[in-house]
Amino acid sequence: MPSQLVDKYFRAEDLPQIWCPGCGHGIITRAITVAIEQLGLEPDKVCVVSGIGCSSRAPGYLDFNTLHTTHGRALAFATGIKLANPDLKVIVIMGDGDSTAIGGNHFIHACRRNIDLTTIIFNNNIYGMTGGQYSPLTPKFDKGTTAPYGNIDRPFDICDLASGAGATYVGRGTSYHANVVTSLVKKGIMNDGFSLIEAISGCPTYYGRKNKKGGPVDMMQWQKDNAVTVTAAAKMTPEQLEGKFLIGELKNKPEPEYTKEYQKIIDNLKGSDI
Amino acid sequence: MKNKSIKGNEVDHGKLIINADWCKGCGICTAFCPTKAIELKNEKVTVVDIDKCTQCGLCELRCPDYAIYVGRKKNEQ
Repeated sequence: MPSQLVDKYFRAEDLPQIWCPGCGHGIITRAITVAIEQLGLEPDKVCVVSGIGCSSRAPGYLDFNTLHTTHGRALAFATGIKLANPDLKVIVIMGDGDSTAIGGNHFIHACRRNIDLTTIIFNNNIYGMTGGQYSPLTPKFDKGTTAPYGNIDRPFDICDLASGAGATYVGRGTSYHANVVTSLVKKGIMNDGFSLIEAISGCPTYYGRKNKKGGPVDMMQWQKDNAVTVTAAAKMTPEQLEGKFLIGELKNKPEPEYTKEYQKIIDNLKGSDI
Repeated sequence: MKNKSIKGNEVDHGKLIINADWCKGCGICTAFCPTKAIELKNEKVTVVDIDKCTQCGLCELRCPDYAIYVGRKKNEQ
């Protein structure tokens, strides 16, 4: 008998998962189920959608309505699910490459529409499943199998990208700060609109090894040492914040939600002669 | 009814329950255990001194493989 949480929300017969030893994805997946547990959501009223990649294996282990879709297109499928069943709580799990490279357009337009989806991006800074190619989230000068001398591209900031594209709730957590991820996911699910939570996860097998970042524990320690909460950052100077990243709630600005606006059009046209 | 029977090999240490078959030996739980009640032996998490365990739950929170979790709290027993 595994823990009550795992027994209730996981397909325990499929565990242990396929992820490498020390991969942060398992920690973040658990944090998402804790959020669902704390909100008291009915499992049948939750749908978890994913694309392709290491992160997108997560719904395979979760015992909700789940959908494993094509590379980068999780948000397109999720948009369809939400419009057909506006009562469902739709949670989308994507990786950094899946969401910002292959699914980049789907991502910015889902943000722009402000459709009520809760998207969690597992950011491990690399394409893990296919062998460690650099992604749009690989930091500048870091290495991947396709960037053996260092990556010269500048990385995206997923949270800034989502904010700029119009997401109404944006936050960031890490696998070390799993409780932060839980509270952000909770608020993201409660937000009536598009919510984006970036969860920084360690990939010891590819990103860690290629960049000499150490093992799983060193990568978790790096997250602990370099994460600064939004409230702490407000009291720090730009020099002190050099090389650090913010965690916590970065944007919370509710706006009219897409499926509700769509329903208004349907209601207005009912009975009219067109 | 779905079969949720576990293939694992769970050992109940009272305060902590460990499923060695799910443990991949990453060492995250032992590194961040505040009282060092657990450590890795032969790439599996093992209990060193169960009396040191305060049931804070940090191992359970950060175990990527759900191989370790806190048993019933003292006041619930």
